[in-house]
Amino acid sequence: MNHVGRFAEPAPVPPHPGQTIRADLQPIADMVAPASRVLDVGCADGALLHYLWHAKRVDGRGLEISHEGVRVGISRGLSVTQGDADMDLADYPSDAFDYVVLSQTLQTVRAPHVVLEHLVRIGRQAIVSFPNFGYWRVRLQLLLGGRMPVTRGLPLQWFDTPNIHLCTVNDFTTLCRDLGIAIDRSLALRRSGRVIELPPGRVANLLAETGIFLLRKG
Amino acid sequence: MTVSRDNAAVAPEEARHLPGHFVTLAIDQPMPLESGASLGPLTIAYTTHGTLNADASNAILVCHALTGDQYLLDRHPVTSKPGWWELAVGPGRAIDTDRYFVICANVLGGCMGTTGPKEIDPATGKPYGMSFPVITIADMVRAQKLLVDHLGIAKLFCVIGGSMGAMQVLQWAVDYPDCVYGAMPIAGAARHSAQNIAFHEVGRQAIMADPDWHGGDYLLHDVRPTGGLSVARMAAHITYLSETALHRKFGRNLQDRRALGFGFDADFQVESYLRHQGFTFVDRFDANSYLYITRAMDYFDLPARYGGNLQDCFRVDGKVTPVRFCLVSFSSDWLFPTRESRRIVHALNAIAANVSSVEIESDKGHDAFLLDEPQFHAVLAGFLDGLAEHRGLKAAQ
Repeated sequence: MNHVGRFAEPAPVPPHPGQTIRADLQPIADMVAPASRVLDVGCADGALLHYLWHAKRVDGRGLEISHEGVRVGISRGLSVTQGDADMDLADYPSDAFDYVVLSQTLQTVRAPHVVLEHLVRIGRQAIVSFPNFGYWRVRLQLLLGGRMPVTRGLPLQWFDTPNIHLCTVNDFTTLCRDLGIAIDRSLALRRSGRVIELPPGRVANLLAETGIFLLRKG
Repeated sequence: MTVSRDNAAVAPEEARHLPGHFVTLAIDQPMPLESGASLGPLTIAYTTHGTLNADASNAILVCHALTGDQYLLDRHPVTSKPGWWELAVGPGRAIDTDRYFVICANVLGGCMGTTGPKEIDPATGKPYGMSFPVITIADMVRAQKLLVDHLGIAKLFCVIGGSMGAMQVLQWAVDYPDCVYGAMPIAGAARHSAQNIAFHEVGRQAIMADPDWHGGDYLLHDVRPTGGLSVARMAAHITYLSETALHRKFGRNLQDRRALGFGFDADFQVESYLRHQGFTFVDRFDANSYLYITRAMDYFDLPARYGGNLQDCFRVDGKVTPVRFCLVSFSSDWLFPTRESRRIVHALNAIAANVSSVEIESDKGHDAFLLDEPQFHAVLAGFLDGLAEHRGLKAAQ
């Protein structure tokens, strides 16, 4: 399932969900209101949707590019459609969901700006997470090593990675401004797994291993 | 080729001796047909497996394909072959008969006991033959609805079917959205393509060109157009397989010989295989049924009634359909390719309906849905599990 743009194999969902999910998914799940409607774009094996259904009775839908991910998602009782963020979001009507989630997928799509516009069109709010290329360890590797960084968050070699549009937190917030997308919340997921609320800016750009944003049409 | 077989297929008067259930419906009021004609009373032959629960909430209707029938699990009464979907249906299978009450009915126009062209027209005392009205997929579904009502089931837990069965599933969801909780169209399409109509026409012309067809009145002449029907089957059978599957199975291998025969016997294994397919098919299928059912498939065009707008098919009183869908296609199926399923998925997404879809990687072509495809069966079981959870259906005892 790696070619869908996940950095690591998704952790298996526990038999009694509601307890834990992957660290970078938890803050996303926490942002979602109970009993809301969620579209998860690039939902992989459906771990987030599965958790949201069991923990919050969320009416979820998934869009996933890999056969295997879709199959596993449907087998878990989720509504998952095989498709591609670049190609298929245009089919969804406006304001069809309370939230559209794009977790760890933005950097793998062909046209991130177009995808972002679709997210805030289809959902009343969008939740986007991505690996921050401005994270200090990434910068340090490039600065001192002179080679493309390979880190826990970016584990694959440059020739092997599905990530074709890596960006920093500051790149992202600039793009949102240019697209007229408002940022309601901005979280930094630290290497330790701690999540801190940090306004976009220099500090967040250095400290966030993963940036997580709650967005809406401005 | 010549195929000479006696009238081995089930004769009309023998139909009542077939295993399974029979019910005669539309007695007081004939069932209206899409063509404007009407038909009744009509008999429906069906089988059931499992037990209907107290609130009748665990019923799954399985819709069979063009040449299928109600014997999805039982040994076939004519061919003695295992049920056509025994890999997917049964105790502990994907469609678990320990949990669900599974109904499968021979389609209207069929030849395994349900009213069709070989049955006796009560008005004339003779087989209907070509006086049988042309029927559509919607008519088949209307007849199934009569059966489901008769069984006291207000809402089907799920309707599932492949190929022509998928057409029926879609028609159920469109015509009776409040009577269907989940719908699983497998290897289907919202309308029959020009290419598919073309293949059907070849089959029909083969049947009608057989002198034993007698304008459809062969039963009165005590013969059957077996040659034409088997050619129709041979042509159709090619469309059910992928090129890869044909090549893997047969390649250019010769049949029972070391060298080419320089004649027109079945030199190649693939020829021998197709002849066998045609030859055995005529034992269990009626030529006129083949004409009528292929016609029904050709006429299938779900959005036609809605001004060509597929999305509008799935709106109920201006709102989005309550039916939960799961569409499945197979990567090597060129008869009902994935893009046909995706058209439906796009339309459902566009109105924010509840839809899942998956393309299963398989090199077995259209017939993959009948074969041992563990990934497909996992999706089938998974979709039903999820549906059951949402519906509050208890797990199997």
